[in-house]
Amino acid sequence: MITPTATRRVAIIGNPNTGKSSIFNALTGLSQKVGNYPGVTVEKKTGVLTPGIELIDLPGTYSLAAHSPDEMLAVRVLLGDHEGEPAPDLVVVIADATTLQRNLYLATQVIEIGLPTIIALNMIDVADSRGISVNTRGLSKALGVPVIATIANRRLGVEELREAILGGLDLPAPLPGWTWPEPIAREMKELESKFGTDGFLLRRALIDENGPAEALLASRVGGDMRGALEGARARIREHAPSAAALEAEMRHRWIGEATAPYVQRTAKGRRRTERIDDVLIHRIFGLPIFILVMGAVFISIFAWAAPFMDMIIGFFDGLGTTVVELLAGTPFAGGALESMVVEGMIAGVGGILAFLPQIVFLFLFIAILEDCGYMARAAFLMDRLFRVFRLSGSSFIPLLSSFACAVPGIMATRTIGNARDRMVTVLIAPFMSCSARMPVYSLMIAAFLPARMIAGFLPLQGLIFGAMYFVGIFAAIPAAVLLKRFLVKGPRSTFVMEMPAYKVPNPRSVGIRILERSRTFLRQAGTIIFAMSVVVWALGYFPRPAEIGARFDEERGHAERTMIGAERAEVLHRIHKEEAGAYVRASFLGRAGHFLEPAVVPLGWDWKIGMATVASFPAREIIVSTLNIIYDLGEESGDGDEREALIGKLAAARRENGQPVFTIPVALSIMVFFALCCQCGATLAAIKRETNSWRWTSFTFLYMTVLAYIGALVVYQVGTAMMG
Amino acid sequence: MLLSECRPGQAGVITGILGNGPLVQRLMEMGLVAGTRIRVLRLAPLGDPMEVELHDYFLSLRRSEADAVEVEI
Repeated sequence: MITPTATRRVAIIGNPNTGKSSIFNALTGLSQKVGNYPGVTVEKKTGVLTPGIELIDLPGTYSLAAHSPDEMLAVRVLLGDHEGEPAPDLVVVIADATTLQRNLYLATQVIEIGLPTIIALNMIDVADSRGISVNTRGLSKALGVPVIATIANRRLGVEELREAILGGLDLPAPLPGWTWPEPIAREMKELESKFGTDGFLLRRALIDENGPAEALLASRVGGDMRGALEGARARIREHAPSAAALEAEMRHRWIGEATAPYVQRTAKGRRRTERIDDVLIHRIFGLPIFILVMGAVFISIFAWAAPFMDMIIGFFDGLGTTVVELLAGTPFAGGALESMVVEGMIAGVGGILAFLPQIVFLFLFIAILEDCGYMARAAFLMDRLFRVFRLSGSSFIPLLSSFACAVPGIMATRTIGNARDRMVTVLIAPFMSCSARMPVYSLMIAAFLPARMIAGFLPLQGLIFGAMYFVGIFAAIPAAVLLKRFLVKGPRSTFVMEMPAYKVPNPRSVGIRILERSRTFLRQAGTIIFAMSVVVWALGYFPRPAEIGARFDEERGHAERTMIGAERAEVLHRIHKEEAGAYVRASFLGRAGHFLEPAVVPLGWDWKIGMATVASFPAREIIVSTLNIIYDLGEESGDGDEREALIGKLAAARRENGQPVFTIPVALSIMVFFALCCQCGATLAAIKRETNSWRWTSFTFLYMTVLAYIGALVVYQVGTAMMG
Repeated sequence: MLLSECRPGQAGVITGILGNGPLVQRLMEMGLVAGTRIRVLRLAPLGDPMEVELHDYFLSLRRSEADAVEVEI
């Protein structure tokens, strides 16, 4: 027998918006770690209270009557039925002193589990300001467990809580002071004697019809457990609407009566939150204010991130140059290793890190919205609209964020209460045209769409640019409906949602959240993008046919012999670029382009476009630099004269039969492909993390690629027919 | 009458919860049981959902979900 480790485990549970995170942060500091529970999409957050005592932060929940596998997680952890880990030694229930009745619902359920329990009564300062005063000693007597008053965001009471936890590990099991209604008690006795199992899980299985507790119990206990439960429920229904109704009624009545002597209320005027909401979710002004706020924040993110992006791009460019300088004169100069480091690793990772400022600002924006309480209002305002797409208003912020970058957007889906809606939102988030698609759109539009005006005042180019964003939206809508209908299983979505009190976000907790999410992003991007960059580099570098090298060496030799000065430098530069182009066209990537050519011909593409598209599967913006190289413009990307040069080359490109490669329908089909395809390793990594499933991640990649192909095909064929 | 039929500003007491199932269970867990005082604050600009106050907190729910709640104003 293995001796169990000496680590004691303390679980922390509570309603959402009770300051549970603040308390967890205060108790664990930066020792907290976030990971994933296998099989469910909820995060596992643990930290160290003191060496030897581990704190587990369970997801916020209103009740242990789990409605989904994610909610069931808390129950399983508390029952010691998760991953072979034993039940915690102590449970701390964080209760909000301002909404005691609702919070004690969960607390009384937790007490029933039979583990040593402590209640942390948080936000007593807010309760005080609302004229609610709680006698914690009396409450403690009524509930039979210690009650510690805390004001977590001012770090008050945290030390007392820590002391109470240390002492509480040796507490006896609490004794519930309430009795179950007769119908339930009677059926429980029957079931206990019949199946030899008892207690919390059995009662939950009885009450939560077809819920996870029932499934868990049925799998564990043989016999006709489900049938017996059904029979018991039917008998209960002779006396009451349902077992759940009996429980709710019993609990609320007991809580009301037991706590009445210990909670004093003095009437106060309308709450600040209500008065703020009178403005922010005003029947008429609410939406305009909302649109303004969202628009302003969104634009600010792009504006603030821009200088940082430039700095990062400049840094990585400089880094590349430094490496080349360092290697000059060594045997590595101009060789494969140098290329791999500079053009593979540095360019690849630098490319994705350039988006880091935008991502960090998005995390900031989302965290502030969540913490201050406006996020719930955004969901409230948008819900009716999103119902049309079979989602709820909670999907708005994640999808809006995805217009800048899908990675934070996908992470933000954690706030969506319903598991099914959350999954669907994650799966359609990549359709929101993100900032990485902008370089593709603007290049194609600048090169091929005439700078004309429609109806005299609408710029065609601007309209098409805007239209590309709608392409994604119009694809996402049927995708959401179909996914929800046929593929994503789960409980029906409900929109019962607490509207938390407005509060000033805590800079520390916002900061911790941004740090943790950025760390996650860097780790994901770091590994996946790094790996993919090296692979794409290798496919574009090898093989190095000797004939190409020989041919260009000859040209170089000739230039070196016959020219001098600026002309010579220019010619050598040109030869260098042409050589790079020749190599890349002869590479594995080039061969892949040729191989795929028959498949992309219906889209109007030639093999070079196909090749550049394949190369951009790790990160879509790669297409620009790849096109540069293919068309002999070297590795320079992006702006100014270099972009003009690329546009010139693209416009001048001709097929074998003399026809232009890039016509308007071709340009449109390229843009539509990029709008609908998930060419982003970071996004796929984020999807994997949030869904905890390779299956869904690969499904997303495949279905979007197929949709992108069909979209590009239709646009090209229809476009050519119309213009032809 | 049903909670979904109430107008902003109206307040009263819940007299019953109709139906069964996870939605109803959730409503009851959140405090919507017979005897609870409840007040309707507002409707969203698009007419749905509605915001109510009970047990010292604010709750938003769709009108279709509020169909399950019987109140006496």
